[in-house]
Parts: sequence; C-alpha cells; structure tokens
Amino acid sequence: MLDKLNGSQIASADLYDWDELVQEDRVHRLIYTDPAIFRAEMTNIFGAVWVYLGHESQIPNNDDYITVRMGLRPIILLRDSNGKIRALFNRCTHRGTTLCRKDKGSARIFTCPYHGWSYLNTGKIRAVPWPDGYACDFKDAKYNVAQVPRVDSYRGFIFATLNADAPSLLDYLGPITKPIDEWLDRQPKGQIRVCEANRLKYKGNWKLAYDNSGDGYHVVFSHRSLLEMENRQADVANKGMSYYKGSPDHKPMYMAYMGNGHHFKDKRPNIEKRSGGLWAVEGPAPGTEYYAEELRRRYGANAEDILDLASSEPVNINVFPNFSLLGNHIQVFEPVSVEETNVTWYGTAVVDEDGVLGGAVDEINALRMRTQEQFPNFGEVDDLANFEEIQRGLACLEDEWVYMHRGLGIPGRVKTDANGVITAPATDEAFMREYIKEWKRLMQATPRLVVQRET
Amino acid sequence: MQQLTHDPSLSSYYVNEAFYRRLIEHFTDWQKDELAITAADERDRFRALVEKEARLLDQLRFDEWLAMYVPEFIYWVPGTPDAGDPRREIAISFDDRRRMEDRIYRLRTGYAWSQAPKSRTMRMVSNVEVFASGAARMVRSNYLISEFRVDGTRYLSGWCGHRFVERGGRWQIEVRQVNLIDCDQNLRNPSIVL
Repeated sequence: MLDKLNGSQIASADLYDWDELVQEDRVHRLIYTDPAIFRAEMTNIFGAVWVYLGHESQIPNNDDYITVRMGLRPIILLRDSNGKIRALFNRCTHRGTTLCRKDKGSARIFTCPYHGWSYLNTGKIRAVPWPDGYACDFKDAKYNVAQVPRVDSYRGFIFATLNADAPSLLDYLGPITKPIDEWLDRQPKGQIRVCEANRLKYKGNWKLAYDNSGDGYHVVFSHRSLLEMENRQADVANKGMSYYKGSPDHKPMYMAYMGNGHHFKDKRPNIEKRSGGLWAVEGPAPGTEYYAEELRRRYGANAEDILDLASSEPVNINVFPNFSLLGNHIQVFEPVSVEETNVTWYGTAVVDEDGVLGGAVDEINALRMRTQEQFPNFGEVDDLANFEEIQRGLACLEDEWVYMHRGLGIPGRVKTDANGVITAPATDEAFMREYIKEWKRLMQATPRLVVQRET
Repeated sequence: MQQLTHDPSLSSYYVNEAFYRRLIEHFTDWQKDELAITAADERDRFRALVEKEARLLDQLRFDEWLAMYVPEFIYWVPGTPDAGDPRREIAISFDDRRRMEDRIYRLRTGYAWSQAPKSRTMRMVSNVEVFASGAARMVRSNYLISEFRVDGTRYLSGWCGHRFVERGGRWQIEVRQVNLIDCDQNLRNPSIVL
C-alpha cells in the first residue's frame, strides 16, 4: 500500500531561481549555507534518489538490524524473520517515538519504550497494550510502521529511495557499476565484510565532501603534510600518493563523470599492473615487514597477490549522494544540518569462504586493518579542517561565488565517450560541474515520495 | 637490555601474530580486585608517570614523551567500547613506533591543516589504579582533555589502560590503550595525540 506524503513544505522548485544559483562555471554560496536549501535536499536528494544505507555484511542473519539515517530520517535497516531486507522508519506509529535506540543488534519484535506498542520486524503491528480501550481495528494497515518502499542491493551494497518514479537501482548506478565490480572482484568471490569504522564529522555542508571525493586538484596542497611524511624515508619515497608529485595532469590517472551525479577518480593507471604491484607502492603500516616476509616464506610467488589485498585500491568511486569506495573503505556522507556532516569510513575485510588464500585470510586482514587506518588519521583530518574553513569563509555574504571551472573551455581537454561518460585530466573540475548540474535538476523537480506499510 | 634485530623506527617486525595474541590477553579482564596493588608508594610511582605523560603531551614535547616508551610499543585508540580484536576491526588509531613517529613528523611539518593552528590542550588524569600482570603493571586512569582550537573548547574524556614493563631499572610504557567514551561515534578533528 502506498501513501501520498503530505506536501506541507514549499516545493523546492519554487525556492530559488536554480539557474541563477548554479551556473556553468560557478555556484552560489547559498547552496552550502542556506537552511531552506538543506531542508529541500532532505526530500529532493536524500529522499528522491537512491541513498546508500548499509552493507549486507552488517546484517548477515535474519532478524539482524542496524540503525542508520536516510537524510535526517532515523531508519532501522534490517533483515526480517523471512530474510527480506527492509528499511523501516524508526518511528512508532502511535506518537512518533523511535522504536530502536541501539546501533545494531538482533530482534524479531520492536516494542516502543513509551506506551508498549509492539511491531514485528516486517513492520506489522503485533500488539498494543489494553486494546479494549480502542474502538479502531488495528488490522488497518495505517497502524503498521512506515517503511521505505524501494530497497535494493547491488552486490551487497544496500540502497533505498522513497521516490516511486525513480529508475531501478541498476539503471541509477549505470556505468559506475563497472568500477564497483572491479573494486569488489579483486577479493575472493568478490566479497567483503564491514569491520567497524573511522568515524569523523565536520562543521560544514555535506556537498563539500562530495566536491572533494573526485578532486585530484587538492591533493598535493591539502595533503602536503601526508606527502611529506610519506617521503620522509628514502626507501618509501615512491609509495603512497607520491604519484601526485610533479604535474598530476600529465599522469595516466584521470577523473570521470559517469552520469546521475556519480563520479570516479581512477589512479590505477599510475600503478604497475602486476601481482604485487599495489603492495609495492603501499606505504608502511604496523606489521608490514613481518607479514610480507611471513607470507612470502609460506606462499612464494603467490604471496604477492595476497599482499595486494592488504593494499589500498587507488580509486575513488563516488555514487551520488552519499557513498564512496576509496582505498579499501566504504565512505558514507551523512548530513546532520546545513553546516554539519558525518563522514564515516567503514573498514572492509577480506572474506575467504573457499580457502583460496590457503589460510592467510586472518593475517592479511590484520595487515589490511592497519593499512586502512593510515589515511583517515593522516589525510582525511586535513581535508575536514579545510571543509570547515570553507564553511567559515562562506560567511562572507557579499562574495557570492564558488568556482569550479578548472578545465572548462580548453579545447580537447574534456572528452565524452559513446556511453556519455566524461573524462578529463586528474585535476579537472568537470566532475563537479557535472554532478552539480544533476543536483540542480533534482532540486528543480517535484518528486513523488511515498512510504509503504505492510498490508 | 634486550638487543633488537630491527630498528622499530624503520621497520615493523614486532607487530605480528604472537604480539597481537599477547596484547589481547594482556588487555582482557585485567582490572581485578585480587590483582590490585594498594601499596601507596607503588601507586604513587605510576600516578607520577601518568601525570608526567599528560604534561609532556600538553606541552607537545614528543621526544621526551616517546622516551617514556619501550622501543616496540603500541598506542591503541579502539573504535568500539569493548576494544575488540584489532586484527578483525579497524581502530581509531593503532600505531606502532614507526607510525607514531610518522604522526609526530606530520604534525611538525607545519602543513597538517587539522593542527594549524595547533590545539591547546590541558589534560587531567585521576582515579589511578595499579594492577599486577606478572612482572608487568597494568594501570587504569581516567582522563579529561580540554582542547581549545579555532572556534571553541571541547572536552574529550575516557580512560587509559597503560601496560608498564621494567627495563634496565626504569618503568616504561609498552602499550597505551586510550578508551574514549564516545569512541564509536563520529568525532570532530581527532588529530591530536590523545
């Protein structure tokens, strides 16, 4: 059953002249600072497009749940008692209380702590205390918990949308499924397991993070301390992100815009494509020398492929609006307010159900945990400091524009292929111009958002 | 004193399977009344070391601070309240000597924007309790870090588990586990050494 949502707020389309705010070469500061735009984004973006909610390995068994958010909506993402993945609004139908307050767990029934209404994990109401005090029929679907009507997974990544008219998830992802597949398929059976996270936040608009995730221009400046650190010892001078040194636009890496707001920074062409090629450029981590020698002793030449699994995959695969695969992390952007954003870097571990790693899986994961901790500790913190300083700078009301025109108007620099995929040198801002065009289109729309209740 | 085969500033051989197993063993179920050391002089000795460490970190005297540690140490900031198994889950930080020296090097470049300008911190440590662990000593202390940076002061709090070992007549830190009370929540600018 589908309910039409109340359209009590001003339609986003009528808020502004969006063509004025988003121009070919620049955007207005208001898109980062205006609370009314942020409120509209919670429906037009974080309701109307496919929003990443979690990974299937976080709810491996029936009755498992995690609590997440879809925009500002609290959500219980769960696998119900029949195995179906659902995204329930974490909201009691009665008075609106959240039903579940834990980050994760396992439950067949959610009982509201306030008045004791209880629900099955399908969302169906189970019982209310002292029902003889009610004249209504609780079999009416309107008493069941509201849930996101469209929940779908792509190879373990769970997305959801409230938009009845959105394309299928597969169509929404489009060509970016190719780098996602490649990212997964370097692990045995293309599987990963989420293993906790580096959880960060910053005082700034969520789009500052999405502007950054495809950006090859900031690296040598924003991450200067990290690059100097990576080069402090001569024998590691060509590791880590050292391929950004010199002139990054003349390296084989590139940026790509892949439609529907998705963008992709592909640094793999900088790396020698061979067994052990990634490991050869992985910077030092706790245990590096021990594990490399131990695995080489046991597995000989086969150790190189295994060591590559502890190495960072040099890509940023960014699915609009809130999901990014980079290195071995799943990065999730979660807007909190117009000027506050959570950025959670979920770690991933290798899964080896068939034993193709010959018993090395625990060791390679121990090393992979340590390689993953490097960038959030030594790189991301500096980006987040810069995002906060952008938000402070944007308080200058009279200086209205933010520029993103690097590469614009230079003949032959930006290329479009037959599938509409746009590529440009690594430091180009074409990815930003393109995704923000899509953002504008979505903000000009009046999407039909619906919730579902079990019948 | 034990001779090291490898310089732990340059390579990391000691973070291995046996090391992880010992680490987990040492940091499991260690705060037991029957292991508590109540002798005032011994408690005072470790209280003084924990206070000295807090002062050195507040003053960013990292070289002197590192000298309080054995060559092969771990600085561990778990990302979950029960700390978990660091082989199976990522931590907020899990630094061996080389990575800690990376961390300090980075902070000193002047280009670590998350620490430019630097935070001003003042640590308070209290509730120091000492527990026996064979010949080693495990020390629990509570901390409150007041951190001022750019637009205000914030407070980080939690408790530390130190593992001290005696080397050449000096008590040195082998492991420091820093447990933030909000370790599993999104943290703003976690760029200081806690």
